[in-house]
Amino acid sequence: MSLQICDLHARIVERAILRGISLEIRPGETHAIMGPNGSGKSTLSKVLAGHPDYEVTQGSVVLDGVSLLEREPDERARMGLFLAFQYPCEIPGVSIANFLRAATQARLPEGESLSVTDFYQKLYHEMDALGMQRTFSSRPLNSGFSGGEKKRAEILQMAMLQPRYAVLDETDSGLDIDALKVVAGGVNRLRGPEAGLLIITHYQRLLDYISPDFVHVMVAGRIVQSGGPELALELEKRGYGFLEERYGSSEVSPLAGAGTPG
Amino acid sequence: MTEQQAIAGTDLLQLDRGVGDFHYKMEYAYDAGAGLSEQTIDYICEAKNDPEWLRDFRKRALATFLREPLPTHWASKQLAELDFSQIRYYLAHGQKAGRTWEDVPEEMKRTFERLGVPEQERKFLAGVEAQFDSEAAYSNMKEALRDQGVIFVGSTEGLHKHPEIFRKWFGKVIPTGDNKFAALNSAVFSGGSFIYIPPGVKLSHPLQAYFRINAESFGQFERTLIIADEGSEVTYMEGCTAPRFDTATLHSAVVELVALPGAKIQYITVQNWSPNVFNLVTKRGMAMENSEIRWIDCNIGSRLTMKYPAVILRGRKARGEVLSIALANNGQHQDTGAKMIHLADETTSNIIAKSISIGEGRSSYRGLVKIPNHLKGCRNNTECDALLINTSSRTDTYPAITLRGNRSSVQHEASVSKISAEQIFYMQQRGLPEAEAMSLSVNGFVNDLVREFPMEYSVELKRLIDLEMEGSVG
Ligand SMILES: Nc1ncnc2c1ncn2[C@@H]1O[C@H](COP(=O)(O)OP(=O)(O)OP(=O)(O)O)[C@@H](O)[C@H]1O
Ligand SMILES: [Mg+2]
Repeated sequence: MSLQICDLHARIVERAILRGISLEIRPGETHAIMGPNGSGKSTLSKVLAGHPDYEVTQGSVVLDGVSLLEREPDERARMGLFLAFQYPCEIPGVSIANFLRAATQARLPEGESLSVTDFYQKLYHEMDALGMQRTFSSRPLNSGFSGGEKKRAEILQMAMLQPRYAVLDETDSGLDIDALKVVAGGVNRLRGPEAGLLIITHYQRLLDYISPDFVHVMVAGRIVQSGGPELALELEKRGYGFLEERYGSSEVSPLAGAGTPG
Repeated sequence: MTEQQAIAGTDLLQLDRGVGDFHYKMEYAYDAGAGLSEQTIDYICEAKNDPEWLRDFRKRALATFLREPLPTHWASKQLAELDFSQIRYYLAHGQKAGRTWEDVPEEMKRTFERLGVPEQERKFLAGVEAQFDSEAAYSNMKEALRDQGVIFVGSTEGLHKHPEIFRKWFGKVIPTGDNKFAALNSAVFSGGSFIYIPPGVKLSHPLQAYFRINAESFGQFERTLIIADEGSEVTYMEGCTAPRFDTATLHSAVVELVALPGAKIQYITVQNWSPNVFNLVTKRGMAMENSEIRWIDCNIGSRLTMKYPAVILRGRKARGEVLSIALANNGQHQDTGAKMIHLADETTSNIIAKSISIGEGRSSYRGLVKIPNHLKGCRNNTECDALLINTSSRTDTYPAITLRGNRSSVQHEASVSKISAEQIFYMQQRGLPEAEAMSLSVNGFVNDLVREFPMEYSVELKRLIDLEMEGSVG
């Protein structure tokens, strides 16, 4: 049982972005990925989720023994993979409640239908916990939401859908300090022996609330260093400069060189 | 089971294109052959035993039709693909509609059973007319309504048996020369409903017509005339299906409504045509003092639909409304809209049009609102919203509002929203299959409008949208 990424290579329009990623996330574990801008962190999350723009050229991803890469994005989601997007897009006309109802219904076996009262009970419970007004549930998903509201809505969706493996792409960015605590609380509630988490972040401050079991550093499409929580602290102090010198970056992204956190 | 539950559990119009995509080999006793000429008109008049005035009327209309150019300059070039000489204008088994389903010829009966019509009739309709190609195969109404003086028959029976009402209004709301296709319909019309609701009679259940095309290379030209006398109320709904053929099918109806003082007419169309159908329909209502006409018009499918339901607000305080939804999928063009002609003080009109274009599908909104200078206290609200699902779709809006003077008010809003591949991906990431993600967006987009529909129709519409999205994902 795990989300196992093995020697994953992926490109977009002829440009190699991921250049051999290997990583295994077991239920109960929390991994963090850090790395300079443009190093390929979001690309990894989208490739896992099955975004059609990216082409996998090598490697495999196996979720609890089932190969993932040839499946449609929605199948992957129903198999238990969740992605909290770095830039969640707006879904006009579809309210949070209706959207989550449809998504929850999609996970039920054929012929079974959702109990509406149970659904709303759970929805309101999670919204309360995330400090979201209940009336928010009738707003069109992400439409006109502030940056922080979008991130909360991502966590709300995660809480409702109870994934086995969740990838959180910079869910902490754009949050004020109180929101950060609330969101971290939401993530911590999902943690447990059943769920594996992959947290992409630039900042130690999130990791103060969600202490990861493992920290990985991605540079130029590869994981160049892995360690325990202390690695994040070291990066915060030293920046990525020393790693980039060693593992290169400009051939992958012209922007990556400028990408120090902060 | 409550009545509402019974309704919700029944497919209202059975417009599933898959379910509708079948046809029977028929021996037609009457066949005017392909092409259109004076002989075609004579053939139809003989077959239907038309009075002489109608033969003249038809022939004058034919001349108008032949004279008028195709409106390809403002509408779609696709119209030029219609070959009027290949179309069959009249196909019938006989001219008398059955009063019971036992009277209906076997293939026709089976057709309507497959489409669920008798079942719906039993459950919640006040009356049904079921037309098969050119003539009604079945026509019946609840006994109680007949006792109240309600008339619900085919157009032929209407003009023969009730000439004093029929001739008073026939062709008055939509004159023959209104447009090329109204002229065509006037020349060769057959079938459709004639309805008269006596003063003060309020129908609690809808009357329904089901228009079924069975034959290939066929043109269906039904003609409907509804007169709601003072203070009466009626809801009429129509559904249509046709099998899918390689050749073009033409559907060109004319619908005239007359709401006398204080009357209310609600006319609901939910249609799901197969992609070889040219659907060119003229619909217009005349609203007298304090009366109300409401068109609910949902167009799904067809190759090309041109339809702009209109209300002429003739009496003081008359109200007109058009709520329309058009969905254009790959290879389809929905050219729809609404017209409101204000001719009296304190008349109000409301237009809400929502269009959805998917893939190569194309939809256009064409509106016309006229409030002349001398009127006061008139109001119009127009709202057109377009949803584009993926980038190759296009949408055009031609709102055309003429307000003269400052004693009336108009309000106009338009919006375009897009559902991109990125949004579909986002929804898929939450576990929704692509088709469901699209349905959800489309339903979300039309939701506030559908809420205005009678509950039964919103259920049907939602189901059709789901089906259409499944089809578009391939
Ligand atoms: N659709 C695309 N078209 C072209 N290049 C792309 C596309 N998506 C990503 N890239 C490129 O791939 C590289 C990796 O981008 P990615 O978004 O994965 O970086 P990241 O590590 O998430 O960066 P950040 O920390 O800024 O979020 C970047 O150079 C980016 O410009
Ligand atoms: Mg990123």
